[in-house]
Amino acid sequence: MPVDQSLVGREFPPTQPYRVSAEKVRELAAATGSAAGPVPATFPIVMAFEAMNTFLEDVGVELQRIVHGEQRFAYERPIAVGDELTATLSVASLRQIGGNDIIGTRSEIRDASGDLVCTTTATLVHRGGEL
Amino acid sequence: MNPGDALEPQTYAVRRSDLVRYAGASGDFNPIHWSDRVATAVGLPGVIAHGMYTMALAARAVATWTDGAEVVELGCKFTNPVAVPDDDTGVDVVVAGTVKSVEDGLVTIALEVTCEGAKVLGMPKAVVRA
Repeated sequence: MPVDQSLVGREFPPTQPYRVSAEKVRELAAATGSAAGPVPATFPIVMAFEAMNTFLEDVGVELQRIVHGEQRFAYERPIAVGDELTATLSVASLRQIGGNDIIGTRSEIRDASGDLVCTTTATLVHRGGEL
Repeated sequence: MNPGDALEPQTYAVRRSDLVRYAGASGDFNPIHWSDRVATAVGLPGVIAHGMYTMALAARAVATWTDGAEVVELGCKFTNPVAVPDDDTGVDVVVAGTVKSVEDGLVTIALEVTCEGAKVLGMPKAVVRA
């Protein structure tokens, strides 16, 4: 079932505030063998992924039908332990190619003051057809 | 770092256990990253690594090369899946990099990320503060 074109431009509510803890940073770094130290550059995916899940549930798409096409991060400042972050996702684009939906999303990660910390864009490929 | 510098390729083994660990740490429990049954049902060769896992390895290499420099931009396309076999050795992902430019205090690094000789990321790039 194709995703509805009217989604383009829609902004979803921000995720619940996420407190960046030293334990969580260590856990994520250790999962990819990264050195302890600065927060890994891909850390904001934790909030962005939560925003994406909410979006997918809202539009009735199963996660297992999603393949990640592209991801970009632009950082205003490094994320630090103690930050309280939210992600606000909006749907930037939607195309149908060969029975798949190509969904472009943009998530703004903001701190407790509302300042922009990171903008991340993702292309999600929703595989249509029977499983 | 100077434009044209080739950075020492980094080789990282990816095992099923790493993916399970990453799923828990990141909150991405998509079953295509831990269930062969689901992965093959959606047309994949078997369990594949999270794209973000591979991207994190690219960022790990950048952090190694730059001694943890502040990352200003990071991006890639996910062009080929990294299939991770259900054994104890897993599969190797190799991250290579070339310095493209150094200007205004920013270093742009073009990456090449391969698995078994095939590129798995499309145009991976990082910009760090020098």
